[in-house]
Amino acid sequence: MRAAVIQFPGSNCDRDMAVALQAAGADVSMVWHKNTDLPDGLDFVAIPGGFSFGDYLRVGAIAAHSPICQSVVAFANHGGYVFGVCNGFQVLTETGLLPGALLRNAGLKYICKHVELNVETTQSAYTSAYKIGQTITIPIAHHDGNYNLDDKDAQALFDQGRVAFTYADNPNGSVRSIAGVLSENRRVLGMMPHPERLADPAQGGTDGQPFFAGLMDQIAKV
Amino acid sequence: MKARVHVMLKTGVLDPQGEAVRHALSALGFDGVQGVRQGKVIELNLATTDKAAAEVEVKEMCENLLANTVIESYQIELS
Repeated sequence: MRAAVIQFPGSNCDRDMAVALQAAGADVSMVWHKNTDLPDGLDFVAIPGGFSFGDYLRVGAIAAHSPICQSVVAFANHGGYVFGVCNGFQVLTETGLLPGALLRNAGLKYICKHVELNVETTQSAYTSAYKIGQTITIPIAHHDGNYNLDDKDAQALFDQGRVAFTYADNPNGSVRSIAGVLSENRRVLGMMPHPERLADPAQGGTDGQPFFAGLMDQIAKV
Repeated sequence: MKARVHVMLKTGVLDPQGEAVRHALSALGFDGVQGVRQGKVIELNLATTDKAAAEVEVKEMCENLLANTVIESYQIELS
């Protein structure tokens, strides 16, 4: 699998993401935000966590309008796999590739801890190696993870099986405890928790490992 | 020409920061505050002197970048 990790000024989980992808067997390129083109023959793009452009204006807003993001949107619209974690999720909602928006945590505090997630669907490359109803432990570290969408649209996401993960114990006020959302074609995923931060025994856990292993397997089949 | 853009969270979108400000005001003894909504003001200094053209352009800026219309509404003042 050929993967790219996008780097913005203020990204800080880009290398963690690259390491997790390489450990799963991916060939990873780092791509600077001012580039206008993605590398040729790419299967997968990751938008990492961090504080792109200092979270100025709105979280993810400036990054979503950077030159590379236009190529990422075009890549997704042509059926490419795009994964946004944490700030990457915020960027994906700002580009319009994913519905909703991420607001300040309901409790107003920055939260950095391990949380339990429920796997809501296995019908995606990202969740294919988990089991429905399985509970996994994944770290969160965010100030603006409160996923906002009106009730009708949130219900529609559940009805369409587009909710990838929910929080077992909602930490940030997200509607219906939604932690991760898939696009209509199920190839774009945004989530606040960081699977790349718990994908190696040296990190204290490996619940994120099947995420990347499943992704590799599924993309190899495409 | 100057443009001033007011961006606010839409009605119905929970504003935790506004709520925190309300609590703080209440702690200071301002008991009559029934609600607080916090937004932002963006001032633009424009080259154009054509009000109609400025309005069209600033609206486009709001739709594309200055506001996220999923959660925010905006108002434009030109002077």
